[in-house]
Amino acid sequence: MVDLSVAGIATGETRKPNLKSLWSGLAPWALPLVLLVVWEIAARTGLVTARLMPAPTTIAAAFWRSLLDGSLLFHTLASTRRAFIGLAIGGGLGFVAGVLTGLWKPAETLFDSTVQMVRNIPHLALIPLVILWFGIDETAKIFLVSIGVFFPIYINTFYGVRTIDPQIVEMASVYGLDRKALIRRIILPGALPSILVGLRYALGFMWLTLIVAETISSTNGIGYMTMNAREFLQTDVVLLGIIVYALLGKLADVVTRAIEKRVLVWHPAYRIKQGGEP
Amino acid sequence: MSAVAAEVAGNDGGLSISLSRVVKSFGKLNVLGSFNLEIPAGQFLAVVGRSGGGKSTLLRLIAGLETATGGRVSIGGRDVDRTLPSVRLLFQEARLVPWQRVIENVGIARGPNWQETARRTLADVGLEGREDDWPSVLSGGQRQRVALARALVSAPQILLLDEPFGALDALTRIEMHRLLERIWTGRGFTTVLITHDVAEAVALADRVVVLREGAIALDIDVDLERPRRELADPRAVDLQRRILEAV
Ligand SMILES: Nc1ncnc2c1ncn2[C@@H]1O[C@H](COP(=O)(O)OP(=O)(O)O)[C@@H](O)[C@H]1O
Ligand SMILES: [Mg+2]
Repeated sequence: MVDLSVAGIATGETRKPNLKSLWSGLAPWALPLVLLVVWEIAARTGLVTARLMPAPTTIAAAFWRSLLDGSLLFHTLASTRRAFIGLAIGGGLGFVAGVLTGLWKPAETLFDSTVQMVRNIPHLALIPLVILWFGIDETAKIFLVSIGVFFPIYINTFYGVRTIDPQIVEMASVYGLDRKALIRRIILPGALPSILVGLRYALGFMWLTLIVAETISSTNGIGYMTMNAREFLQTDVVLLGIIVYALLGKLADVVTRAIEKRVLVWHPAYRIKQGGEP
Repeated sequence: MSAVAAEVAGNDGGLSISLSRVVKSFGKLNVLGSFNLEIPAGQFLAVVGRSGGGKSTLLRLIAGLETATGGRVSIGGRDVDRTLPSVRLLFQEARLVPWQRVIENVGIARGPNWQETARRTLADVGLEGREDDWPSVLSGGQRQRVALARALVSAPQILLLDEPFGALDALTRIEMHRLLERIWTGRGFTTVLITHDVAEAVALADRVVVLREGAIALDIDVDLERPRRELADPRAVDLQRRILEAV
């Protein structure tokens, strides 16, 4: 029975879904494309002031220029480096704290209510304090990013560990799994969907924090690049910087989705559809 | 019948179970009160009773998942104070680990050469070739088969079943009955099956116990030759009627 239906999908449904998937692949791009064209026309005809809102082609030219002189790559790498150091520190701590509080009641009592209280403070409100503590150098920015990513990872890891089916945990102990095997084979994989949701949120916070932190003071990074361009009224570079942030954010999202799809194959919601939808 | 005898018998033996004057209460709620039950090694016992009557609690006491408030629970002459590898429990839900493939679920305890053993046991329950599937693609009956295979890999001497077929459709249930009977006949472990299906109890068990308000209301032997394919056997029908009256 299974074989038959698979064969049916392989032979009968090859043509129609192709057209359909082409359409569903292109459709999301239609509106941005139209907007770009309208924008270009508006800028060229002087409907909007080109100095405040340069045409897409002007931005493209700025992109090309900064790509050739290497500055775009330099600043992007500087930002990415900060982003990932912050993610590693804040995310790592959030993960460890989430697993600990999820598994161990005393840690929860000790830690969780404090975290729940502190997380209501917008971490960007700490900027003046952080500058007082660390000055305006690299540490301050990495600290801010770490705080920004800590909470989503912590909360979702804790939640993921806590919501594992107790019946499965009971079953595992009946079958003699020791603590290490229980954590490695049952608890962590079970919490993974939730942890990945946390990671997606964390990546959003990561770029957001960087945008703000890098505009305070820096000598490199996309934030610096845009602030610097603002001083010289290079609106095209400012817009380019914003676009690069958007792309980096999107890229991070695409990568986490790919990870989800790979590691959550067991999950019915993530299973790659083998046939067309009914 | 002693633990030593069972060890001599190896994989093909069962262990006796003994509950004497067992009391179990949850706070103020008294579930079992001075409960006595002797289950000889290798017997297939069915326990029937209304829901909430303490059947699951009885099984969990034998499995070492609960401790008795009073009295003694012993297996093969030794007191139960923890879960034992020789005792396996099948729940109403299969309780498979969704993120482990079928074969990894069966070999959950990992052990030496677990893949080979798991593969063989899966073939034994009729799931050859499904080793690498995810649990979520299996039907209810197949999931219970995996759970059964998982219980069987360690060659248990006692198998406890807590309404494992209750959620299955009638045809699948009959298939599972035949499978269980065949494996029990081959391996000879002591079996305690909890069920609300009186026909199921009479079709499978050597002996049926009716549990009512924490005490045994009826305890009868089922002296019918196996395999019991004849549903309309007048002796079976008579037994079913007597059990139903006691429930
Ligand atoms: N862990 C527990 N805590 C409190 N009450 C429980 C617990 N387990 C079972 N009970 C109660 O004990 C009674 C018997 O439950 P159970 O053994 O599951 O009955 P059955 O399996 O026959 O339906 C029920 O009233 C149930 O609510
Ligand atoms: Mg029950």
